Amino acid sequence: MSILVNQKSRVICQGFTGKQGTFHSGQAIAYGTNLVGGVTPGRGGERHLDRPVFDTVHDVVAATRADVSMIYVPAPFAADAILEAADAGIRLIVCITEGIPVNDMVKVRAALTGSRCRLVGPNCPGVITPGECKVGIMPGFIHRPGRVGIVSRSGTLTYEAVYQTTILGLGQSSCIGIGGDPVRGMNFVDVIALFEKDEDTAGIIMVGEIGGSDEETAAGYIRHHVHKPVVAYIAGVTAPAGKRMGHAGAVIAGGKGTAADKYAALEAAGVRTVRSPAELGSAMKSALAKRRRPRKR
Amino acid sequence: MNLHEYQSKRVFADYGIPVPAGKVAASEAQAVAAARELAGRVWVVKAQVHAGGRGKAGGVRLCRSAAEVGRAAAAMLGQRLVTKQTGAQGLPVNLVYVESGSAIDRELYLSLLLNRDRGRIAFVASAAGGMDIEEVAAKEPHKILHSDIDPAAGLQGYQCRRLAFGLGLADGQVVEFERIARALYRLYLERDLGLIEINPLIVTKDGRLVALDAKINAEANALYRQPELAQLRDPTQEDPMERAASEHDLSYVSLDGNIACMVNGAGLAMATMDLIKLHGGEPANFLDVGGTATAERVTAAFRLILSNEHVRAVLVNIFGGIVRCDVIAQGIVQAVKQVGVKIPVIVRLEGTNADQARKILAASKLAITAARDLTDAATKAVRLAGRAQARR
Repeated sequence: MSILVNQKSRVICQGFTGKQGTFHSGQAIAYGTNLVGGVTPGRGGERHLDRPVFDTVHDVVAATRADVSMIYVPAPFAADAILEAADAGIRLIVCITEGIPVNDMVKVRAALTGSRCRLVGPNCPGVITPGECKVGIMPGFIHRPGRVGIVSRSGTLTYEAVYQTTILGLGQSSCIGIGGDPVRGMNFVDVIALFEKDEDTAGIIMVGEIGGSDEETAAGYIRHHVHKPVVAYIAGVTAPAGKRMGHAGAVIAGGKGTAADKYAALEAAGVRTVRSPAELGSAMKSALAKRRRPRKR
Repeated sequence: MNLHEYQSKRVFADYGIPVPAGKVAASEAQAVAAARELAGRVWVVKAQVHAGGRGKAGGVRLCRSAAEVGRAAAAMLGQRLVTKQTGAQGLPVNLVYVESGSAIDRELYLSLLLNRDRGRIAFVASAAGGMDIEEVAAKEPHKILHSDIDPAAGLQGYQCRRLAFGLGLADGQVVEFERIARALYRLYLERDLGLIEINPLIVTKDGRLVALDAKINAEANALYRQPELAQLRDPTQEDPMERAASEHDLSYVSLDGNIACMVNGAGLAMATMDLIKLHGGEPANFLDVGGTATAERVTAAFRLILSNEHVRAVLVNIFGGIVRCDVIAQGIVQAVKQVGVKIPVIVRLEGTNADQARKILAASKLAITAARDLTDAATKAVRLAGRAQARR
């Protein structure tokens, strides 16, 4: 199992022939991802990375039955690219692009409400199911197939969690970077719900950060619906209020979105929290060990 | 990007949102001339800084003669205004806004912003205007009205009426409120804003609605398609370090501590600050060198963080995914040589080509302390910064 993507996923790249699209499509192919083609308007009919190029997403879907798209289109055109993929029937859209105007994403989110497709990102590292399918910019070699599901708003902090779980021999079922923007597609709750149902996932690592209240919402969901162990870290305990900390969404505004509030909500929901990102892996290992003990008796 | 009050009010006027008559002044003489040109017997002189809380800090003065306007302007111009939002250094007052006084009956609060939970633009209003709205929200949440706008349907009349009646407006004021709300929403969308805040929106003694203050934040990601707004940037209101960082495309935020951080990725950069604090130190900054860190960028980043005289140690924390550790290591070596770093540099590199990177650092013969992992890096940085501080 795993969630969102696997070896059967038929992946395309929008912004295929651009610098980012070329580099990361090459990496995805090298990882073993079933990349069936790509889109660059005006370049239809060409071949790139030994894959066909199409003018539109509709064309590539018709020709290849693609069901997953990764988007590297520049920010001014990214909202358009997301909506094109949705209209063409893509099941999972992973938008890596950083810097999309917030008001564009407000429209995208409204337009996608009620549609069948799922959006991950934007401004995210992407989605990976280790050993099967890599859709994004994460370094593939740090991953290992295993049983921890990872969901995070931050790219490099996801890699930390991945690296630790790999070294400790736990491995990952799937890793989902939901992105650092204030308006985005899938949220913690959406991903955690999938991990809870996934047979291959034994425990969930969640990496949040300051800004918004998505971690608090997730805490409420976990309390009532999640039985697998959850370990959480929140970045930005020392972040000053009112300052945007790199990510567009990482800002404490109006006294809301502090790390302290998020930790309190998660702890009240029974989540094991760690104050150092270096402890994510070890906390998950001990949580899984504790969980197994009763079964042995 | 924040706009000054006088800039925001010009934008308001363009959209037909009522504001008091006013003129901007850069000198005492200009302020006196502005007062004479503006009709009336009462004027308000307001310091133009990118911060709230000006009134309590002496940045807003009521004057009853043109000469008094001149004196008030002279007292503010060239000074630094310290409000509860500015930090101890305050912000420079290079301009004042001279405005005709208004006869205030009631003060309301009105803002338009992003409701992150729903991914929609929303009005927030309160009859408790002129006060700190965060305090009102915390202590008397029932006094705050909200209305989220469906992006497809747009702002509806009923939403405006609900807010207007909720604010205690009546008759013609309800119609006028709807006209203002629609203009604000159009302004927000057309100019790609992140926030419009009017605190207070006043009801005058003769029953008119007027935006007595105006705060606009232009959304950073959309500035590329808003060239007119981009021109309104005032670098004098920005932290000099953060301004220098933005010239190198580095994401930087100044903090008060003495351990500088250089990290790739915003989340890891925040986590590195937290780790320093967790192990008893104080971070001097947030710095994300980004995914495309080259040797040049790392050198620029070193120069930047070392220009802060309070820094006693540098912690470099890189998880190489897109950015290769050997590239970063070369950058560190080049920077430490070029810049002549004289304080401890603690480096933790993990990920793509980390082994190569460690060899490059070791071969450099420079005084760079390698760290095994995150915890080791933070504890070493805190210890070495503490020693350096003690020697002073």
